[in-house]
Amino acid sequence: MTDESGPIVRVEGVSKSFGDVVALDSVSLEFERGIVYGLLGPNGAGKTTLIRVLTTLLRPDSGRVEVAGVDVVADPTTARTRIGLAGQFAAVDDYLTGRENVEMVGRLYNLSKAEARSRTTDLLERINLSDAADRTVRTYSGGMRRRLDLAASLIGRPEVLFLDEPTTGVDPRSRIDVWQLIEDLVRDGTTVLLTTQYLDEADSLADRLGVIDHGRLISEGTPDELKDQLGGSVIRLSVSDGWRTATMEALGATEADSPQFDELQGRITIPAPLGVRSLQEAVRRLDAANIVPNDIALDKPTLDDVFLALTGRAPAADAPADAATPRRRLRIRR
Amino acid sequence: MIATRSRAALAHALKDTWVIARRNLLRNLRMPQLVLFATVQPVMFLLLFNYVFGGSIGRSIPAAAGGKYINYLVPGLLIQVAIFGSGQTALGLTEDLSKGVIDRFRSLPMARSAVLGGRTLSDLIRNAFVICLMLAVGVLIGFRYQTTFLRLVAALLVALAFAYALSWVMAVVGLLVRNPEATQSAVFLPTFPLVFASSVFVPTESFPSWLQGFADNQPVTVTANALRGLILGPGALPHGQTVGGDVFLAVAWSVGIALVFAPLAVRIYRRSVG
Repeated sequence: MTDESGPIVRVEGVSKSFGDVVALDSVSLEFERGIVYGLLGPNGAGKTTLIRVLTTLLRPDSGRVEVAGVDVVADPTTARTRIGLAGQFAAVDDYLTGRENVEMVGRLYNLSKAEARSRTTDLLERINLSDAADRTVRTYSGGMRRRLDLAASLIGRPEVLFLDEPTTGVDPRSRIDVWQLIEDLVRDGTTVLLTTQYLDEADSLADRLGVIDHGRLISEGTPDELKDQLGGSVIRLSVSDGWRTATMEALGATEADSPQFDELQGRITIPAPLGVRSLQEAVRRLDAANIVPNDIALDKPTLDDVFLALTGRAPAADAPADAATPRRRLRIRR
Repeated sequence: MIATRSRAALAHALKDTWVIARRNLLRNLRMPQLVLFATVQPVMFLLLFNYVFGGSIGRSIPAAAGGKYINYLVPGLLIQVAIFGSGQTALGLTEDLSKGVIDRFRSLPMARSAVLGGRTLSDLIRNAFVICLMLAVGVLIGFRYQTTFLRLVAALLVALAFAYALSWVMAVVGLLVRNPEATQSAVFLPTFPLVFASSVFVPTESFPSWLQGFADNQPVTVTANALRGLILGPGALPHGQTVGGDVFLAVAWSVGIALVFAPLAVRIYRRSVG
């Protein structure tokens, strides 16, 4: 049995380069059993590389990696009996049925035929695929395939489940299903490490978050701690040019922070610490001043905002370090 | 203690290999177009070569063929089918690589050898099916073996051994090229000259001498000759060759190819995906 008290995942100073490209730059993190750890970052930030290292698919150049008490570099064979992996693309077979797919993975986890069969039936029921179980996966929707892939990664009853962008490219309904399934798993004692590009996903699922960019872990904490760093919601609105000064004055009276005009986006932005109530107040003020904006919206902080806040630039993995400027110019043209 | 453990490891590896092979075979069964093309192509070759070239080539073939080109052609085509069939090993592997299936397999506590072992095993079984089917069509249009049924079976086994050995070469090709489309060309480029510059379709005596030197000594000719010896008798062989000698050489080529390329494929598999 594995030690129940220590951290279930421990990464210490892990680096990995592909030629000149540094994919992971001395990453260290650890977390305890029974939580969802979210790894947040843009495309190319190193999320997938870290998952591949943790799941024995890739040997790090340096550093130590322990999963469920096993050194994955020194003893990958034992580590594989304790983990489950659902990669970025559903690795299910189009020409096999849902049941055959999951059963096959069960057999490869060394379950007996009977055991693989009964666990498969249970899992398919759990992910609401019982009715489609004996159809070939070719007939499945994208969301069904993702759920099936998850079921396959669960059949070995892993102590730690690794999910690489589990909802990327999934329709909204299936997305909720996947979230629900992850929550159920954690309630049953599985530890989950998932990567995501979406702040709302990290927010609703993760107990702890690591923000990764250019192969470095740049921030860690609970979702709330992270959001505090961002400063909450904002109201963005636009008015015709002649009305700008009047609008700024009307809104200036509502908030402690003065409104900002963003030249590049052509929009006025004000902080909205009270969320919808701040928006209501702003609309009342505009109404009183007889100003009708062209549009007005309450914006949640986006991943862009997280990165802006943490790194001072927009997330653009493949772009040079001063990527924020070209991104914004692109927006004006649209 | 150690013996039991290694026996358990072997049983584990065999079970995993079979799980993978079974999965590949199921895929074949459910993609009828794949099996269809794999069977139609050799049958088409059989019909075309027999009816288009049969008349003019017929006169230059050894007397042991009973005066019929089809009797000379079928043993050669068995090899051609085996070679083209082994190309599927490369294509299947690159498809799995590109879809993340191999990543899933590698994260499981399964035998390391099972992905390649299962792939080559399922391709062997599929090849056996296609070869038997082509043989049946051959019989329908006039092919008759000139020796014994047992020798015919032996010939099929020699052909399948060659196909299995080539599957490991193709596994190396697939693992190195990785891209499914590029693999298609990478497989066919070397196989065409090997198949045509051989005794598969016609005796090599008519080749220019520089080409004959290559053709006579390359494994495809050696294996084709071994099959002809087994199916048609020693009279079908070039002067100075014996059935036993050719069969020995053919099996030696297959064993040699497998001994070089199987460990190489396993090494590349381990390195390239990890």
